[in-house]
Amino acid sequence: MRAFLILEDGTVLEGIRIGAEKEIISEIVFNTSMAGYPEVLTDPSYAGQAVCMTYPMIGNYGVCREDMESSRPWVDGLIIRELARRGSNFRKDVDLGRFLEEFDVPGIAGIDTRALTKILREKGTMNGMITTDEAYSLEKILPRLKAYTTGKVVEKATCGQKYVQRGSGEGKKVALLDLGAKENIARSLTRRGCDVTVYPAFTKAEEILADRPDGIMLSNGPGDPKECTSIIKEIGKLYETDIPVFAICLGHQLMALATGADTFKMKYGHRGGNHPVKDLRTGRVYISSQNHGYVVDMDKLDPNVAVPAFINVNDGTNEGLAYTGKKIFTVQFHPEACPGPQDSAYLFDRFIEMLN
Amino acid sequence: MPKNPNIKKVLVIGSGPIVIGQAAEFDYAGTQACRSLKEEGIEVILVNSNPATIMTDRDIADKVYIEPLTVKVLEQIIEKEKPDSVLPTLGGQAGLNLGMELDESGFLNKHNVTLLGTTARTIRKAEDRLEFKETMEKIGEPCAASLVVENVRDGADFAGKIGYPVVLRPAYTLGGSGGGIAHNRMELEEILENGLRLSRVGQVLVERCIAGWKEIEYEVMRDSAGNCITVCNMENMDPVGVHTGDSIVVAPSQTLMDKEYQMLRSAALNIIDELEITGGCNVQFALHPDSFEYCVIEVNPRVSRSSALASKATGYPIAKVAAKIALGYTLDEIKNAVTGKTYASFEPALDYCVVKIPRLPFDKFITAKRTLTTQMKATGEVMSICTSFEGALMKAIRSLEQHVDCLFDYDFSALSAEELLDRMKKVDDQRIYVIAEALRKGVDYDAIHDITMIDNWFIDKLAVIVEMENALKKEPLNPELLREAKRMEFPDSVIARLTGLSEEEIKGMRYKNGITAVFKMVDTCAAEFEAATPYYYSCFGGENEAVETHPTKKVLVLGSGPIRIGQGIEFDYCSVHATWAFAKAGYETVIVNNNPETVSTDFDIADKLYFEPLTPEDVENIVNIEKPDGAVVQFGGQTAIKLTESLMKMGVPILGTSAENVDAAEDRELFDKILEECGIPRPSGGTVYTAEEAKKVANQLGYPVLVRPSYVLGGQGMQIAISDAEVEEFMAIINRIAQDHPILVDKYLQGKEIEVDAVCDGTDILIPGIMEHIERAGVHSGDSISVYPAQSIGEKVKTTIAEYTKKLAKALHVIGLINIQFIVVGEEVYVIEVNPRSSRTVPYISKVTGIPIVDLAAQVIMGKTIAESGYVPGLQKESEYVAIKMPVFSFEKIRGAEISLGPEMKSTGECLGISKTFHEALYKAFLGAGVRLPRYRRMIITVKDADKGEAIEIGRRFEKLGYKIYATRSTANALKEAGVRARQVNKIRQESPTVMDLILGHEIDLVIDTPTQGRDKSRDGFLIRRTAIETGVNCLTSLDTARALATSLEHIGKEEVLTLVDVASL
Repeated sequence: MRAFLILEDGTVLEGIRIGAEKEIISEIVFNTSMAGYPEVLTDPSYAGQAVCMTYPMIGNYGVCREDMESSRPWVDGLIIRELARRGSNFRKDVDLGRFLEEFDVPGIAGIDTRALTKILREKGTMNGMITTDEAYSLEKILPRLKAYTTGKVVEKATCGQKYVQRGSGEGKKVALLDLGAKENIARSLTRRGCDVTVYPAFTKAEEILADRPDGIMLSNGPGDPKECTSIIKEIGKLYETDIPVFAICLGHQLMALATGADTFKMKYGHRGGNHPVKDLRTGRVYISSQNHGYVVDMDKLDPNVAVPAFINVNDGTNEGLAYTGKKIFTVQFHPEACPGPQDSAYLFDRFIEMLN
Repeated sequence: MPKNPNIKKVLVIGSGPIVIGQAAEFDYAGTQACRSLKEEGIEVILVNSNPATIMTDRDIADKVYIEPLTVKVLEQIIEKEKPDSVLPTLGGQAGLNLGMELDESGFLNKHNVTLLGTTARTIRKAEDRLEFKETMEKIGEPCAASLVVENVRDGADFAGKIGYPVVLRPAYTLGGSGGGIAHNRMELEEILENGLRLSRVGQVLVERCIAGWKEIEYEVMRDSAGNCITVCNMENMDPVGVHTGDSIVVAPSQTLMDKEYQMLRSAALNIIDELEITGGCNVQFALHPDSFEYCVIEVNPRVSRSSALASKATGYPIAKVAAKIALGYTLDEIKNAVTGKTYASFEPALDYCVVKIPRLPFDKFITAKRTLTTQMKATGEVMSICTSFEGALMKAIRSLEQHVDCLFDYDFSALSAEELLDRMKKVDDQRIYVIAEALRKGVDYDAIHDITMIDNWFIDKLAVIVEMENALKKEPLNPELLREAKRMEFPDSVIARLTGLSEEEIKGMRYKNGITAVFKMVDTCAAEFEAATPYYYSCFGGENEAVETHPTKKVLVLGSGPIRIGQGIEFDYCSVHATWAFAKAGYETVIVNNNPETVSTDFDIADKLYFEPLTPEDVENIVNIEKPDGAVVQFGGQTAIKLTESLMKMGVPILGTSAENVDAAEDRELFDKILEECGIPRPSGGTVYTAEEAKKVANQLGYPVLVRPSYVLGGQGMQIAISDAEVEEFMAIINRIAQDHPILVDKYLQGKEIEVDAVCDGTDILIPGIMEHIERAGVHSGDSISVYPAQSIGEKVKTTIAEYTKKLAKALHVIGLINIQFIVVGEEVYVIEVNPRSSRTVPYISKVTGIPIVDLAAQVIMGKTIAESGYVPGLQKESEYVAIKMPVFSFEKIRGAEISLGPEMKSTGECLGISKTFHEALYKAFLGAGVRLPRYRRMIITVKDADKGEAIEIGRRFEKLGYKIYATRSTANALKEAGVRARQVNKIRQESPTVMDLILGHEIDLVIDTPTQGRDKSRDGFLIRRTAIETGVNCLTSLDTARALATSLEHIGKEEVLTLVDVASL
C-alpha cells in the first residue's frame, strides 16, 4: 500500500506502508546507527518522535525480544529505505515487519532516507505525518503539523510504580529515577552488584531519600527538558544532599536546569552510535551512543556550580558536567549503549567508586 | 598530542613486487602516507623494488630507491641517508618483516633510528603465533585451540588430540601462503611439510577448525594517547574456511545484531589497546553462527588489503591518518578530509551497502584448481556501492570483467537439484551461481545453508535476484517491474536477454518513465554533516546528489578495473598521472573506476570520483550527468579501450588517438595495409574464425604458428601451436567465449624481442628508449626480463626501429602513447604488435629516463607538440644507467597452475634492478624478485631435445660456479658427452632416488626445465615444475632466463655492496 511522509515544510515523500496501518503526526528525527534498530525502537527517549534510520537496509536480523530496551516500542513511526523481508540471526524471535504490527507502530519504507536526512540537516528537526490517505490535503495537514509538540512525554514513558532490581544483594543501594529509562541502565548497575530501586519520574525527593540510597542515578528520557518543571524541582533537592549522583541524557539536562544552567534545542540533534566525546579530565576520546535533541548551554555555566567534563569533538557542544564541590557528574551521551559502542561503560564503575 | 618535533626524515618501506596476497593496495597506502608525511614538512626517503608504483615517483617522495627489498639494502640506505625514523607499517607483510629484522639485529638502535607506527614488541605480539596466543589469553580474548609446531610429528599429535579437521597456518607468510585445512593425517602431513618450509621462522600453527563460522573483520585505529576507533566492520559472505581475500565481503555486517556487533567491536578495541598499536590494524574474528561464542583469527598490526577496502568503503583515509598518528598526532587533532569539519576520532556511518568480489586468475590458469581455501588466490578485487545488497552484488559482478553480468551467466541449468547440492560442496568462485541455480530449481534455503554455511540472509538476497529473473522472463515488462529490476541493478543488457526485447527498447522505456540512475555521496557520516570532498555511487530511486558543474574544460578518465594478470597497477599509474596532467592544465577531472586497492580511487586524486562498474551503461549514466568535453581511454588498459566505441556513440569525443585508428591497429586487414604502405615487414599470417580455417592458414605458413584472439591484453588465449591437433585445442579454448573479433594465426619467428613506448603528437614522435627482452620471442613480453637500453642490437637496428616507430605512429595518426613490439632476426626488424595506448613498461621507462611520459602524452593529447612541451623529438639519448625489469610470479599460490612461460602472460608483478653496469642491474633484479642464490649449490637440469645444445653451455657455466648438476637420463648424457659433470637421476616413475626425491629433499637451489610441447598436465615435467615451485625451489623454464641468471651469479662476488641509485635525481 502506498504511504506518504509529509513534512512541516510541505515536502512530501512517497513510499510504501510497513507495520501498523495508522496515521501519525510526530517529530521527525534521524539516527545514523547501522545496527541496533530494535534498541532504537524501544528506547523511551524516542517517545513523541518518528525515527528515520539512515542505514538503508533495516530488519536484516529481525528482532530479538531480549534486546528490547523497554517493554514496548516508543517511536511513533519508523522511516526506512528498505525493509528486509526475512531477518536472519540465531536469536531472532520475529521479523521486524511483524514486530511493528504487533505493537501497532506504523512505518514507511521506500523512502530516500538520505535525502530526508539532508532536509533535516539543512532545515533542522521538523514535524511530519505518515499517512496512507491518498487524498491527503496539505492545506489541512500543514497547520496540524506546525501545531504538534511532543509535550509532556516523560509522564508516558516513566514507570507506573516503584520497583526493585536486585544485584548481588550485597552491593550498593542505588536509586534510579526513571524519566523514560533504558533497561540497560539498571542492568549496568545490577551487573556491578548494585541493588537498584526504580522510581517513577514524579516521585518526591523526600521519598527517594527516605529509602537511604548510597547513590542516585537519573536516567535518560524523552522530550524538552524545560517541560519537566516539577521534576527539576525535586532534582534540585537531591542536589542539595551529599549523596553521589550520576545522570544520563535527560537526567543530565534536568540536573543542569535544577542548578541554574540553561538548555537549548539543537538544529538536528545527535542520534547514532559514532559520536566522539572527549573526557576533559584525561584528554581521552571515546566513541559514544547518543540520542538527544537538546543540549546544555556551556556559555551559561557557573563554574562555581558545574564545569564541562566532556565535550563533543565534532561540534564542541557539551557532553557532560562535573559539579563543583559535589559528588555529582552527568553525561549527555549513553554509557549504557544498547545500541552502540560500550566504550564509556567505565563511567558506571566511576559512579560506584564514588559510592564507597 | 601534537607532532613529534624530532621526526624530520623518514624512510618508508614499500611492499615490493605485486604478488597474490600483496597487491596494489600497498601502493595506495604508501602513496597516501607519503603525501601525508610531506604535507607535514617531513623529508621522505622511499624504498620499493616495484617500478610500476605511484609511490616511487619523484613527486611522492624526496628520494626514491627502486632497490631490492633486503635487509642489507635497507641497511645501506639507512647508512647513506641517515633517516631518524623508519615507517614499516605501510609496506604490507614484506615491509613489516624487514622493519622487524632491522630492529631485532640492533641495527636501528645502533644508528639511532626509531621504528615509527609500531614497535618490534607489538609486531611480535601480533605476528608470533605463541606470543599472540598468550597475549589474547591474558586479556581474555578467545582463540581457537591451537599449538605452534616446528615439525610434522608434533602437528600430527596435536591434531589427534583436538580432532580433525584442523587448520594449518604458517607464521610470517603472505596471504596465508602454505596454509590449508587438513581433514586427516595424510593431508596434514602434506600441508604441514610445505608450510614449515615456507614460514620465515619454520613455524606452523595447528588450530581447531572453525570452518563454517561467520567471518567478521574490524578495521581499528589507535593513537599514541590510547584513543581507539573502528573504521568499519565487514562480514564475509563465505564463512570461515575461505581466505577473506577470496571471499565475497560486505560492509557493514548485515546479519549481526547490535549485541554481537558491539561484542566484537569491544574485543577489537581491547586487542589493539593491549598490543599498543599506534596506527591502523585489522582484526579478524570467527563468530559462531548459533551462539555468542567467538574466536580471534588473526590481527594484522599494519595497513592491509582489508584496510584499503575499508578506506574506500567508508571514505576514511586509513593510511593517511596512520601516517599522522606515526608522527605523534592524536585522532582528535586530525581533520576528516571528506567532511572538512569533523575529526578522525569518529566512526564512519555508512548509508549504503558495499560489496567486494575477488578477481581470481582461473581464466589465466585453466589447469589450476578453482577451489578456494585459506590460501589466497585472488590477484585483485572490485568493490561496488549501492543502497541495497542485491544492487551492490549485481554491480560488483559486472565490474569483474569476466563476461558475467548476472547470476545465470555461468550456466548450471543442466544439473538437477541433487547434483546442484553436490556441486555446492565444492567451494569455488562459481558457488553463488550454483546456489542461484539451486534456488531456481526450488531447493530450500536450509538445504543450501547446511552445505555452504552461508547465512540465510545472503541466500534470501540471491533468491530475490532469481525471483526478479523469473518475473522478467514470465511477466510482461511494465514500468513498475522495470523500476524494481533497476533497483536491483539489473543491467539493460540482461533485462533485454530475459524479456526478449532489445537493449534500445529497454533504455527507451526507462527514459520515458524517468527510470534513470541517480548518484549518491560517500561522505563518511550518512549525510549528518555537509561533505567537502565526497565521491559518488549510483543507485536507482531517489534524489540525485552529483552536482552538475560547468567548467570550461572537463575530462573523463576511465580507469582500468580490477588488478589481474596482464593488467596490473601500471595502468593505474598511467590513469593517475594523466589525471594530474589534465588537472594541471586547468581541466576539471572525473575518474571512473571500481578497484578499491588503487590510488586512482582515492578521493582526492581527481576532482570527482565515481566508484562504478566500467561498462557502457554505467559510464553512460555518468556521462549524462557530467557531460564531459572528452574522454581519455588510452591510459586505462584494455578495460578503458573497450569503452571507446560506446563513448563515441554517447557523443563523447575521444581525446588523443581516435577510435578508428585504435581499430586499425587491431584489425588485421587494415593493419596489414598500413604496414604495406609503410614498407614495414611483419611475420606472415591470416585471420580466422573456425578451427578448420585456422588449420588451413597454419599449414600454409608452416608450423610453429602463433594463435591468438584480437583485442586482448596480456596475451590472453595466445598459444604457440606445432600441430593441427594443437591448433584445434587452442581454437576450442579461445572460442569458449564468443568472439566479437577474428582470431589471428601468425608464423612464429624466433628472434630477439624488442619493445618501444613512444609519444606521438601527430607529426613528431619521442622515443624515451629501446627495451630488449632477455627471453626470445614466444615468451609474453610481460613475463620477459626487459633490459633498457637494449644491449645486443646495433645502431643500424636501432635506427630502423626508431624509423618504423615514427612511420607507424604517423600512419595510425597516434596522438599520445603507442607501444610497439618488434622481432629482430639478424638485422631484419619485424613488427609483431602495435598498441596505440599506454603499456606495462611506461612507468618503468619514465622512471629510468626521467621523462614523464604519461604527462607528456597528456600534453600532446591536449594539443601541445612535443617540442612545445620542452622535448626534442626522436629517439632519446641512452641513459647512463641500465634498468632491468624482472617479472615476478605467484605460482606457489595457485595449485595446479602450469608455470612454464609462453605467449600467455602469467606474472603478477615486477621489480626493477638499476645500476650503471648491466651485471649489477641484473643481479639487483634477480635479488628483488626473491632469487637468492646460491644456497646449496645443487641444481637439476632437464630439457627437451631441441634445447640440449644450449643446456650444455649453461651447465658448463653453473659447473664453474661450483654447482653440482643433476639431470635426467638424456640431458645427463648430453652434458656428460660435452664434458660437463652431471649426475643422472631417475625420472619420476622410476625407482628412487628420483628427481622428485631430490626436490623434496630441500637441497636444490634451482631447476631448469624446458617443457615439451603440449598442455598435458600429467606429464613428468609439469609435476617437476609444480613440486619445485610448491617447495620453494627456483624453477626456470626458459634457457634465456637461465643464462641470465648464470651471468648474474658470475658477477655476484664482486658486488657484495650494491651501489644505490636515487631515481628521483635522474
